[in-house]
Amino acid sequence: MTLSNDIHPDQEFLAFLAEGKFKIQRSRSSGAFFFYPRVLEPGTGKTDLEWIEASGLGTVYATTVVRERPPKSNYNVVIIALDEGPHMLSRVEGLQPEEVTIGLRVKAEIIPFDDKHAVIFRAQEHAVAEKGGQQ
Amino acid sequence: MNRASRGTTAIVGAATFGIGEAPGFTSPDLAARAAVAALDQAGLTLAQVDGLFIAFPNDFLSGLSFAEYLGIQPKLTNNNRTGGSAFLTHLAAAARALEAGEIDVALIAYGSNQRTGAGGLLSAANPNIYELPYKPRLPVSAYALAASRHMHQFGTTRDHLFSVAKSAHDWAVLNPEAFRRKALNRDDYFASRMVSDPLSVLDCCLVTDGAAAVVLVRKDRAKDCKGAASYVLGWGEATDHYQIAQMPDLTTSAAKHSGARAYAQAGVAPSDVDIVQLYDAFTINTIMFLEDLGFCKKGEGGDFVASGAIGPGGSLPVNTNGGGLACVHPGMYGLFTIVEAHRQLTGAAGARQVSGAEIAVAHGNGGFLSSQVTAILGGSSTA
Repeated sequence: MTLSNDIHPDQEFLAFLAEGKFKIQRSRSSGAFFFYPRVLEPGTGKTDLEWIEASGLGTVYATTVVRERPPKSNYNVVIIALDEGPHMLSRVEGLQPEEVTIGLRVKAEIIPFDDKHAVIFRAQEHAVAEKGGQQ
Repeated sequence: MNRASRGTTAIVGAATFGIGEAPGFTSPDLAARAAVAALDQAGLTLAQVDGLFIAFPNDFLSGLSFAEYLGIQPKLTNNNRTGGSAFLTHLAAAARALEAGEIDVALIAYGSNQRTGAGGLLSAANPNIYELPYKPRLPVSAYALAASRHMHQFGTTRDHLFSVAKSAHDWAVLNPEAFRRKALNRDDYFASRMVSDPLSVLDCCLVTDGAAAVVLVRKDRAKDCKGAASYVLGWGEATDHYQIAQMPDLTTSAAKHSGARAYAQAGVAPSDVDIVQLYDAFTINTIMFLEDLGFCKKGEGGDFVASGAIGPGGSLPVNTNGGGLACVHPGMYGLFTIVEAHRQLTGAAGARQVSGAEIAVAHGNGGFLSSQVTAILGGSSTA
């Protein structure tokens, strides 16, 4: 039994993030994307998986503001519907937490988190502006 | 004229203990006091219990530890854990085991001292690397996300959420056991501290101590028991995700399926139901579950609760004990839905008694709207 070709979902996801790539999985035969990473396609059990770099584009599907007692700041928690289909929990940065609304178009950004990385999102126009208009 | 099936199993005892604050008791102490109280109602003894159903908040071997505490050697223990709905799964499993003749007396119990002992809500949920970076305040943020979506899609408002909280408090005023026996004023609701928008502290269930226990036997044996019986007419279970981001549609829970399964088995329709006891961990739950269980159309739950239908004197009394919002919420509330349904069906609900209640829904929710379990219980006319 060889394990060298097996997918180790969490490790590989984080390793891609460390390289600056936000990748999600899909089954080669079904073509359907899913998130979070797994060793099989949920529902079908297919293991013909590949990692594809996500477009990073998505839409805010649900949002909440977590209220902190001062001096801590309130922050936002969202569910993002990725353009590829899957949903993921995340945060929209660059706006006041209350300004994040359902339907907002967003773009992914990789940030350091503890000694690893995580994917957050910014409103698309903000993301574009901060990168000097490049898209 | 109801078409209810005749259940083969009966609840012959249902009790609570230590609701509110019960300092000095451990969780097993509380559950044990509720257990003997429920057995006393039935005229049964601990030694007769041969099926034990239990899930303590953070004891993953409670089937063993609680059997030992009680000093019994049951033929069957069941420690299924689906969050707060676990006790409804226990009810279904107990009914099946009784029907099969595997056991003769089932005890379902729960207790927690999490207000005075643990000092806060205990949760068995483990965040993972796909949730941790975003610091959702679980469980409330999960329900807040669902509420945000319901509001966006259907125009549900905080006024609607207030109606749920107000109704729960109105019922609690009538229940001497309830922890918060005080009518809820609109201004106080809207002034209450936001926790995770759009849910404020008054949209969240209480954190109390408390215990509950239920005793079941086969129906033929119920008439030999001391207390009045209610009957298990049907049940249904369903789960469609665990983490909130994985919920297929944030506005519709798997209660749609658990409810349909339970109604089919019981041979009743939502229009036959007299009272509803559902797991109101947060105000949005009541609105979603009333829709998913067929009491109003999807998206109309807000108007339904605002109409006064669910409060005292309403057309569909919901959470007649005050629910998790105003009566009791010791971490997992599911078993209390069964106790209150039984009390109503046996005419033992005192000032809050709904006259002529014969068909009840008891509905449990677990995780983050993840597990939905529905039971249909009947009164003496379904014996």
